Amino acid sequence: MIALIVRNSWTQLRRDRAAQILAFVVPIAFFSIFAVIFGGGGNRMNSMSRVAVAVVDEDQTEKSRALVAALSADSGLRVVTAPPARADGKPSTDPLTRATAEQMVKRGDVPSALILPAGTGASIGSFTGGGVKALVVVDPSDPVAGRMVGGLLQRAALRAAAAGGGFMGLATRDPDEMLPLEFEQHAVLGEKRESPMVAFYAAGIAVMFIMFSAAGAGGALIEETESGTLERVLTSGLGMTGLLLGKWLYLTTLACAQIAVMFVWGMLVFKLPLLEHLPGFLIMTVVTAAAAAAFGLVLATLSRTRQQLAGLANLIVLSLNAIGGSMFPRFLMSDTLQRISLIGFNAWALDGYLKVFWRQEPLSALAPQVGAILGFTALFLLLARRLARRWEAA
Amino acid sequence: MAVLEIRDARKSFGATRALAGLSLSLGEGELLGLLGPNGAGKTTLIRAIAGRVRLDGGTVALYGRTLEPEKPRPDLGVVPQENALYPLLTARENLETFGQLNGLDGKRLRERVAWALEWSGLAERAMSPVRTFSGGMKRRLNLACGVLHEPKLVLLDEPTVGVDPQSRESIYDMLGALRARGTSLLLTTHYLEEAEARCERIVVVDHGRAVAAGTLVELVEQAKLTGRRVRLSLDRTPERVPAGFARGEDAGTLTATINDVGRELPGLLARVQAEGLAVRDLEVRTASLQAVFLALTGKELRE
Repeated sequence: MIALIVRNSWTQLRRDRAAQILAFVVPIAFFSIFAVIFGGGGNRMNSMSRVAVAVVDEDQTEKSRALVAALSADSGLRVVTAPPARADGKPSTDPLTRATAEQMVKRGDVPSALILPAGTGASIGSFTGGGVKALVVVDPSDPVAGRMVGGLLQRAALRAAAAGGGFMGLATRDPDEMLPLEFEQHAVLGEKRESPMVAFYAAGIAVMFIMFSAAGAGGALIEETESGTLERVLTSGLGMTGLLLGKWLYLTTLACAQIAVMFVWGMLVFKLPLLEHLPGFLIMTVVTAAAAAAFGLVLATLSRTRQQLAGLANLIVLSLNAIGGSMFPRFLMSDTLQRISLIGFNAWALDGYLKVFWRQEPLSALAPQVGAILGFTALFLLLARRLARRWEAA
Repeated sequence: MAVLEIRDARKSFGATRALAGLSLSLGEGELLGLLGPNGAGKTTLIRAIAGRVRLDGGTVALYGRTLEPEKPRPDLGVVPQENALYPLLTARENLETFGQLNGLDGKRLRERVAWALEWSGLAERAMSPVRTFSGGMKRRLNLACGVLHEPKLVLLDEPTVGVDPQSRESIYDMLGALRARGTSLLLTTHYLEEAEARCERIVVVDHGRAVAAGTLVELVEQAKLTGRRVRLSLDRTPERVPAGFARGEDAGTLTATINDVGRELPGLLARVQAEGLAVRDLEVRTASLQAVFLALTGKELRE
């Protein structure tokens, strides 16, 4: 009898293509996605990819130039010594200044900058302390970049010092404090926040959650098909387009409410600075909710059963969020993966929230994100309408 | 003028021919029964009238006006076989939803909802969620949602399936009240005795066509089952079957088919008595709708 149950269950699985895909293909897909992100070459924490650092040499001495050269030669760093391209797309000819470098970090062009003030060259390899300190400017939303730059700076300083005449005063200080070049770290954003990463995680989790939620709520279409209410609604004066728009508006308002609840909770419990950034938050929330709602409708119209919808939602939502930065910050991924992740509207949404809460950029800076997300929304709505044709008169 | 006129309706789904030139008409205030085996084309026909199926050929006309697929049909009410209701909404909310979808609003919506609650006997449960309703209550509400907007023609797909005799009676009372107002009803059912008792005319559909149409008497003639069936209950099971009889399904019964009751019945009874058998009960009846149905559509399983 027990063998019968086992055999019967295997027979049913053999005849259910969707269940087979869920059982065997989805785990492989997830494994591959996470392996790419966290393993072989997907993120910056391995030797294959390099941390970008804007270097400003204010010292302009032989030693400081040797240090910059040593930094440039380091396989762990990608040294940027020129400002970003001008608005017309042509490379800037201006020299990189301390202010420009800080601005680049603020905007997220590079995760860190290294300032070598006048006199830094003379301090390299002194080990005596008290000399001019280098300054590492970091974006605290990237917890790795600053430490990496600090560490690699020491290696470059040792190389530069060895090339330029050796070390001084090695025996006079506590070995723990001895560095070939002392530096101090300066965070350009979020220094005053109690929990600077809360904004990032609130956005990440909220976006992922509303994608799941919209897919689940969109499944009401499948239930209505089964119960006959969809047929009844379509027999009335309301057409398929009207029905889908109604569902989309409902899902959009639901997603707005869900994001709002999450951020208010973040504000009350984790001191998330919601009120300071309310306009940007509202803009990003409305467009993100609209896109998530349309995305949910696509999944619902694509699926024939609740089971199919659940499988599809798990696969697509988790994959998009894995590469889109909800689980692991995009700025820690390789440049290639960062570019690939832009195929998901959620990556744009997270970028937008990050601009609002982290980079504190003006509302106009949200234009690319808002535009892209609205584009995704229109695309999803058209796709859902197309897929919903199967419910129309045959 | 006929309320509903269907002419030469044809529809195929791939290689399957669902409607193969079906025609029928329905008069004002009439209750027309649509019978047929599973897969005969009844549901496709209902969906075509409701605008949910595009015909490959033929026309559907309501009051002489040809209907286009997916265009609103304010004169039409549809009561699906499933209880197509929102289980988490109350009876009133369901009625309001479907009333508004069918163009009602404001005072008229309120009046019609109040009427529907009264008509379906659900006024006291107006504020209860539908998921708490019994099967019969859901059926009545399902019906009410389809007729709330006072359509002139109502399509009913198996409106009494799965309900107890009391609820069934109540549903037919509700349909009777609609007919009294002049509403025409087109009803599909597999309960043949129900169709026999309630419908004025019956259309038997098979293989996508109307194979017979008319009153029961007309159907009996069309099925060439005009003979009367005689069934005798005897005091014992006879050893020998008298001439003109066949053994009945139950022990101690004999059956025969005669065309003229007055002339043939006395001879039959005389032959039974000649065998020394005593007649305990005698039943003479015309062919049932079941017999007509099977004669017209055969006994072969369709699915």
